[in-house]
Amino acid sequence: MVSKRIFRIAAVLILIVSYAMPAFGGEVVTLLNVSYDPTRELYADFNKSFADYWQKKTGQKVEVRQSHGGSGKQARAVIDGLEADVVTLALAHDIDEIQARGLINPEWQKRLPHNSSPYTSTIIFLVRKGNPKQIRDWDDLVKSGITVVTPNPKTSGGARWNYLAAWAYALELPGGNEQSAREFVKKLYKNVPVLDSGARGSTTTFVLRGIGDVLLSWENEALLAVRELGPDKVEIVYPPASILAEPPVSLVDKVVEKHGTRVIGEAYLQYLYSSEGQRIAAKNYYRPIDETIAGSMTKFPEIKLFKVDEVFGSWQAAQKTHFADGGTFDQIYGK
Amino acid sequence: MLSGLRKQSILPGLVPTLGYTVFYLSLIVLIPLSALVFKTAGMTLDGFINTVTAPRVMASYKVTFGAAFVAALINAVFGSLTAWVLVRYSFPGKKIIDALVDLPFALPTAVVGITLATVYSSNGWVGSYLDSFGIKIAYSPAGIVVAMVVIGMPFVIRTLQPVIEEIEKETEECAACLGANRLQTFQLVIFPMLLPSILTGFALAFARGVGEYGSVIFIAGNMPMVSEITSLLIVTKLEQYDYSGATAIALVMLIVSFVLLLAINLLQRWSRRYAEG
Amino acid sequence: MSAMETVASPAISVQEQPGRNALSEPAMIRWLLTGVALLFLGFFLFLPLLAVFGQALEKGFSAYLAAIREPDCRAAIRLTLLVAAISVPLNLVFGVAAGWAVTKFRFPGKNLLVTLIDLPFSVSPIISGLIYVLVFGLQGWLGPWLYEHDIKIIFAVPGIILATIFVTFPFVARELIALMQAQGSDEEEAAMVLGANGFQIFWRVTFPNIRWGIIYGVILCNARAMGEFGAVSVVSGHIRGMTNTIPLHVEILYNEYNFAAAFAVASLLALLALATLAVKSLVEWKMRSPRPVRKPAQCAST
Repeated sequence: MVSKRIFRIAAVLILIVSYAMPAFGGEVVTLLNVSYDPTRELYADFNKSFADYWQKKTGQKVEVRQSHGGSGKQARAVIDGLEADVVTLALAHDIDEIQARGLINPEWQKRLPHNSSPYTSTIIFLVRKGNPKQIRDWDDLVKSGITVVTPNPKTSGGARWNYLAAWAYALELPGGNEQSAREFVKKLYKNVPVLDSGARGSTTTFVLRGIGDVLLSWENEALLAVRELGPDKVEIVYPPASILAEPPVSLVDKVVEKHGTRVIGEAYLQYLYSSEGQRIAAKNYYRPIDETIAGSMTKFPEIKLFKVDEVFGSWQAAQKTHFADGGTFDQIYGK
Repeated sequence: MLSGLRKQSILPGLVPTLGYTVFYLSLIVLIPLSALVFKTAGMTLDGFINTVTAPRVMASYKVTFGAAFVAALINAVFGSLTAWVLVRYSFPGKKIIDALVDLPFALPTAVVGITLATVYSSNGWVGSYLDSFGIKIAYSPAGIVVAMVVIGMPFVIRTLQPVIEEIEKETEECAACLGANRLQTFQLVIFPMLLPSILTGFALAFARGVGEYGSVIFIAGNMPMVSEITSLLIVTKLEQYDYSGATAIALVMLIVSFVLLLAINLLQRWSRRYAEG
Repeated sequence: MSAMETVASPAISVQEQPGRNALSEPAMIRWLLTGVALLFLGFFLFLPLLAVFGQALEKGFSAYLAAIREPDCRAAIRLTLLVAAISVPLNLVFGVAAGWAVTKFRFPGKNLLVTLIDLPFSVSPIISGLIYVLVFGLQGWLGPWLYEHDIKIIFAVPGIILATIFVTFPFVARELIALMQAQGSDEEEAAMVLGANGFQIFWRVTFPNIRWGIIYGVILCNARAMGEFGAVSVVSGHIRGMTNTIPLHVEILYNEYNFAAAFAVASLLALLALATLAVKSLVEWKMRSPRPVRKPAQCAST
């Protein structure tokens, strides 16, 4: 009896000590990574790996907290005072907006390789199993009788990539120009019955509610959706050409200065470019920029990828022409 | 200032209770809401008018207020009927059903929206039946109405229930003694007594519907000019970092809500006087 | 309800034969109306509720428990309870004060005051969240000062509490104003004449009359406080395990395609509502005194 009780007390003590240990053995540093919706799984994996790496390297414990939401909403939260040490968003324009409020160094995009995008993605099609409507390329989307599901470009970062991909495709057609691109995109949106406010909402609408023949989606989202929601229900179609999506990352200078986390924040972002970071990105269906890792994986087919800077000048220009109030997207619905 | 008012009541406590009420109201509601006004004041008048009368915004008013009106109407009719049944009749399970009426309050609006989309989409429990008749609920303006009916339902039922309980049987007995049949009693005695409360319930459900966001976006389809509600346009403006545009539309919504509620309160006063006189 | 029935039944038994029709509807109409009411509730209330529980239990009961025991979910439950525990009592105190001020006195601008109290109820949750961002946000009035002094309001627990207080602001007050208005102040005035002081009047006379209103108001306020999604979503910052309430945690799970878990956690809120309602019925049943006390006051006012 007595020995059992002693054992029990000892067990409790050990538990308490092991919980209390970190408080004695070096401080725990916390980082806040404010990110957009589709990166949940990626950063859940990556943060674990980084914490191990950092503790091995410096002996310091690090806890990375995550916040996810629509890219624009998240950028606004940082602008309004959410103290993010690093931001990892869907498009450069959102980080530019944070920069415009003086929270980030104006040179942010040059601080890390590849325009500060450690991984890329593209826009592809998700169709019903067996591709009953035979959808292969962008011009199949504007045919009558085809219904397309895509989120609202005014509220969703991913949807803006969808829109620009369609626009770029129409421009690249023989004889394509502004006018024909506008017509093409207009016809495409005529086939859209539901505009969800975010990318995940559209995926659910397409897969669970059975709305639409084709979903325009991030490649990583589509691969995840097929895995999570049913390889027996939907399949992926790669169009011959699409857009190169470059989700950028950055330190938030003002915040890391306040928190004294610049060094670890920088290390965190650098680690995204390491071979381990790249492997984790690839595992979570993002295209790694490291050729050797990209080459070792076969799941990313080669397709022609338009670049936003080459087709539209810059993200700012694209935002202004297409998605600002009165832009081409509004004109489509303005009668 | 308060002491200068002519006190018609002999009861104590006007200054502390009214003082605290005004203080707390200012702190939680008025000061934060005034931020909307100040933010909007940064715009030019032309800019303001252009923003709040843009075609897409106008269409969204039509959708929002139209759907809220239809939903409130449905609630007024069927909610009143339900309240009557819940108070006057007895049937097995009544107590549980009565308790469940408050549930739309407790569930997060997003859950309500997702659930309604599940039930009413063309592959859902109800939606699939309606679909075979060519009726589409989810992802159409009808979906907005359904969401607003669910959200507004407790208001009509809970406003009516106590009033129906209060109706004295003697009144109905009088009518019966004087030779009225049941229909006449209802038309001429009961319904006029209930009407003010029905109107209040209607107005409350309407006001609640106008402000609803979470449940609607999941079932509306959100098509510009067709099924896009005003709250969504505010979010859209925010997404473009257009804070003053967003607050301008928000201000219009706020003023409309305020006028609506003021009307409800006057209506209630009128109904009390009507009941007393 | 029980009091109503006891009042009603002798009347019916008196004129059993001829008056039956005149005092209630024919059985067929009764059944028809009950049917319509149940159909209405069925489509707009029971089916969605059934869908919530159906999807929550889709992966079995153990998956349901696992979803609720998960650490992030427990953190969300703790935060939600904390937020409700602070915002509901504050609104209760306010509701009682407002009820007293509005119903016991006459003063100019009363209609305006009552309307302003109601206002948060019809404001879109987007706006409810936005106003606090405009006040406390880094680009707002107090934001820069708060940032300097490292005080976090929005994107932290205080902001969530503020937004919740705003959204649930009118519930207790509205309930009490309506009730106290119906009761009038005759009883209080009588107590006053008999020499009672303000607190005695409130505790001995007013409180027993309004406690059901208070309980119902608190239940509504609490349910809404725990279930609020839109406004809280704007000010929370969505930091996992830290600033996520139950509704936000539901959204996260849903967005992770973890539908069964999302609905499991959502069903917690429904269960919670049912539990509070059960408590209310129990208390009501244990102390069947309210109606006899209330009744004379109301007769006097009508």
